[in-house]
Amino acid sequence: MSPQHYLVLAGILFTIGVTGVLIRKNALIVFMSIELMLNAVNLTLVTFSHFMRSPDGQVLVFFSIVVAAAEVAVGLALIVALFRLSGSTNLDDFNLLKW
Amino acid sequence: MSLTIPTVNLAAIGPELALTVGALILLLLSLGRYRRSTGLLLAVALGSLAVAFALVIAAWKAPVEAFAGSVALDRFAVGFSLAILSAATLTVLLSLNELERSYLLLADYYGLVLFATVGMLFLASATSLVMVFVGLETLSISLYVLAGQRRTQASSLEAALKYFLLGAFATGFFLYGVALIYGATGTLQLREIGTYVGTHGIFGSPLFAFGVLLLLIGFGFKIAVVPFHMWTPDVYQGAPTPVSGFMAAGSKAAAFAALVRIVFVAVGPTVVNWTALLWVLAVLTMFVGNVLAVVQDNVKRMLAYSSIAHAGYILVAIVAANDLTNSSVIFYVLTYTFMNVGAFGVLSALASRDKEALDVHELSGVGYQKPLLGLAMAIFMFSLAGVPPTAGFMAKFYVFSAAVKAGYIWLAILGVVAAMISVYYYLRVVVYLYMREPDGETTAWPRLVPAVGVALGVAVLAILGMGVWPGSVMGMLRQAAALL
Repeated sequence: MSPQHYLVLAGILFTIGVTGVLIRKNALIVFMSIELMLNAVNLTLVTFSHFMRSPDGQVLVFFSIVVAAAEVAVGLALIVALFRLSGSTNLDDFNLLKW
Repeated sequence: MSLTIPTVNLAAIGPELALTVGALILLLLSLGRYRRSTGLLLAVALGSLAVAFALVIAAWKAPVEAFAGSVALDRFAVGFSLAILSAATLTVLLSLNELERSYLLLADYYGLVLFATVGMLFLASATSLVMVFVGLETLSISLYVLAGQRRTQASSLEAALKYFLLGAFATGFFLYGVALIYGATGTLQLREIGTYVGTHGIFGSPLFAFGVLLLLIGFGFKIAVVPFHMWTPDVYQGAPTPVSGFMAAGSKAAAFAALVRIVFVAVGPTVVNWTALLWVLAVLTMFVGNVLAVVQDNVKRMLAYSSIAHAGYILVAIVAANDLTNSSVIFYVLTYTFMNVGAFGVLSALASRDKEALDVHELSGVGYQKPLLGLAMAIFMFSLAGVPPTAGFMAKFYVFSAAVKAGYIWLAILGVVAAMISVYYYLRVVVYLYMREPDGETTAWPRLVPAVGVALGVAVLAILGMGVWPGSVMGMLRQAAALL
């Protein structure tokens, strides 16, 4: 398999993630879509790293996984706290702040 | 595939280490019986910040590069680090006001502020895209939590969630940009990317050009450049007031440091191709920020739009891309730190448990009821508007003169026009402070907490000092420019 296969797959996954963030209204689904974007990037990095015989990309993937884990911890905590307060995870319900 | 173990030089990350140790001590204290002893917590936070200050200043004399060229604590980084550390110190002091004291768990809160500062410092000294990514995320994740500190208030949590979702979304773009740049160049070091651009040009491969574009989108979100600014007003309005000031000043300083480094080190040789894009972004950012700020009644929201406009002014200097750029950006960031954190600080000093005066009408007559706070707020507003002899004027002067020297006359003219729009809404606050009668019952403002007073005093002195003697500061910063 050539790197193109992996890169195109990663591109498709990234696009699905972006689309999900833009059209879905549930905070959890939006968050899942963001995770999909990050994992698409990880796939891209690993592909480049493998085909260029350079370890840098794989090192960055480790950092990216750690960051994603930290983001999950913070993000889910925020969603839970807001759900307790307002009883909703729908982003359209969060409209206290606007001009 | 070969792996070499890089030389470890802890001096290059000394300030970050000091702050991390301080933050860990604070987290440990939050478990035990000392979690309510404000004095001890404050001492730990200020102590680690003081050590970080000392180490950063020491690095001015002896710049260091370490970890296989991933981190460089050079004079450029020192300049930005001073702004970042000042923002953090002021925030630590300003958070002791009455309203924030009523709900904040200070140990956790200070720990998070220090962790965010660590991320900002790494961003200022990062010379590889891995470090830029790690720094950016350390600062962002801490700030997501800080924005939601008012756990029982829906607007604060809403601000935190919006910031988090959009910030993480931007991270995705940023990281994809990094991945594509890595794919095109085979390296993550800024200098080696610069070498690649030198031989291939920025449009040498579509992969690289697209990667740079995605990287720029990611940064655009973080520094709130139009059209990626939508989250800023909501987040600054909903977050606790001292945190808003910290977010605006600290993360802007850090992200601009990294952006300037990337623009000049990694894509420097063909910087001309960028400038058309950055030119448009700068003008859009200045005008959209200033025009939307005019219609805001909520002062926090107004300051949020004004922070967008200020990002635009800083972009003007980056567009100029000449020998004045670095020094004028650092000068602007330093000035902005003091005046912006100060302005948010006055608002938080006026907040009490019963009432948080955020609407500009509620500030009527404050200049007479609280003369010192009123005076401080007036000075911050004059400085933000760019009225001499405040530092805000000199900062704008340097930024626009960098643009003029580089031949971007129109950009400078548009910048001055945008700045004149901003005078309206800044002076509106001053008018309400001094020339309007308070309507209805006179409110009892809270007593000024000494720590808050000290922080505001320092900010006022810094603004006036840098405004009256800008030459000495600028002379130092010029040396920062040379070494990049």
